Amino acid sequence: MPSISRDEVAHLARLARLAVTEEELDTFAGQLDVILRSVASVGEVAAEEIPPTSHAVPLTNVFRDDVVRPGLTREQALAGAPAAEDGRFRVPRILGEEQ
Amino acid sequence: MTTMVETMDYDEVVERFDPVLGLEVHVELSTATKMFCGCATTFGAEPNTQVCPTCLGLPGSLPVMNGAAVESAIRIGLALNCQIAPWCRFARKNYFYPDMPKNFQTSQYDEPIAFDGWMDLELPDGETVRVGIERAHMEEDTGKSLHVGGATGRIHGASHSLLDYNRAGVPLIEIVTKPIEGVGARAPEVARAYVTALRDLLRALDVSDVRMDQGSLRCDANVSLRERGVSEFGTRTETKNVNSLRSVERAVRYEMTRQAAVLAGGGEVVQETRHFHEADGSTSPGRVKETAEDYRYFPEPDLVPIAPSEEWIERLRGTLPEKPAERRKRIQQDWQLSDLELRDLLNAGAVEVIASTVDAGATPDEARSWWVSYLAQQANTRGVELAELPISPAQVARVIALVNSGELTNSLAKQVVDGVLAGEGDPDDVVAARGLAVVSDDSALNAAVDEALAAQPDVADKIRGGKVQAAGAIVGAVMKATNNQADAKRVRELILERCS
Repeated sequence: MPSISRDEVAHLARLARLAVTEEELDTFAGQLDVILRSVASVGEVAAEEIPPTSHAVPLTNVFRDDVVRPGLTREQALAGAPAAEDGRFRVPRILGEEQ
Repeated sequence: MTTMVETMDYDEVVERFDPVLGLEVHVELSTATKMFCGCATTFGAEPNTQVCPTCLGLPGSLPVMNGAAVESAIRIGLALNCQIAPWCRFARKNYFYPDMPKNFQTSQYDEPIAFDGWMDLELPDGETVRVGIERAHMEEDTGKSLHVGGATGRIHGASHSLLDYNRAGVPLIEIVTKPIEGVGARAPEVARAYVTALRDLLRALDVSDVRMDQGSLRCDANVSLRERGVSEFGTRTETKNVNSLRSVERAVRYEMTRQAAVLAGGGEVVQETRHFHEADGSTSPGRVKETAEDYRYFPEPDLVPIAPSEEWIERLRGTLPEKPAERRKRIQQDWQLSDLELRDLLNAGAVEVIASTVDAGATPDEARSWWVSYLAQQANTRGVELAELPISPAQVARVIALVNSGELTNSLAKQVVDGVLAGEGDPDDVVAARGLAVVSDDSALNAAVDEALAAQPDVADKIRGGKVQAAGAIVGAVMKATNNQADAKRVRELILERCS
């Protein structure tokens, strides 16, 4: 029983907006299965009382003062944009999803 | 919006169904800088002039939390009687949409900084309702999209979109209620009272501009209906784009009448996002979801956890303003109001703006007279709440101060207020730009008095003969000559001096 199905890979590819061929689906499903199984082996040694770790360094409360710092000029901000119009980033028509 | 939607008569709706509400309010904090970078947050700046590599999501940039925003979040939580999490993290909410250039929004997910609180609201008739608060969590605002080429500036039919990221990364607090049940026919009123009370609380905390018209306070209304006597919740809809207090009430009411008609007709309410339309008070379906949301939240690796100490929380608790109910009691005494007068001011949404005007230096009577008369008329004409007028209590206090110092007459003061409302800047800017200062230079006034006396010699003779009341005609002429910019009382004194 693989740890990730071909359908799940297809779903993830869709979420990541990646065009994946049928053949690639098989390849990636196999590769991801190996990776997931390797990672899952960590679970065999993790004890109940050890909480999942998200940060390797035991640091909390790192804050910045609320003081304005210079950012980019509009020209600099737009310099890397594939397209710009009226001082704004221009993007293609957005289909079907409105946040 | 052109298709006819069935709605049920409201009385019938509440006879047959029991509404359940859930309100989500997003409030933009008024910090000087963004949540995770030092970019300014000034409203109305030129597009893409308040951006940096961090809020543009450029490679290699790293976020650092704004300590002032975290303090505001904790204060909001405490004011809403919430518990403050002893330890919590940010998470990444992954989605592809150009309003977030990073392709994820940094938000709190299952570890909100504040949770499990409540707020009491007073309805217009004096009844109190307690609303449970599920959570208040920190996140960042998104950029603003402008859809080009569509018929109405909306996304539908647009040829392309333009993005301004000035707002991307502005600190945002999302406050979510627990399900509000058992309020029956009063549901729309309760929804409005909740947003009003929350707005007043946030204003008293001084953490946000709370301007619904500018989007610094936004409300999404979840509404569902169930048959009376049933305990299970019905399918809900979430109405977005509700941008005024009045709209909150209308949107809830409309959804109740629409959903009731669907259910009564044997249909099923579709779980969806709906948009509110200010013009006719209706809602229409928004985004159609092909698949369930899958944001793949995971803990934000670039930000360390927040662990507020007891001392820090208690210090912040010490900075909370007095509770609204106590504040009202104190105000009633200080301003010497009867119960009825206080209730009228509360229902007119005038108490907080008057109080802020008093805080800014005006007397209660002066502040009250502006807000309940001239400004109330302006709000009425525009169909907005007093607090939504584009004039701040501090600006009103400044106008009052200018009248008191004799630099403005009452009629000039109204023109100054008009200018502020029209977006011409602060009172002093309007006075300068419109040239509205009182002509207080006696030599200029004397010249105008002499001219008026010379033009009406018979009137001048009457005044000299002791008929003081005849001076009115000369006062009128001088006021006309000075474009009403003279102090009529002073003009009268000068006339009498000249004729004595």
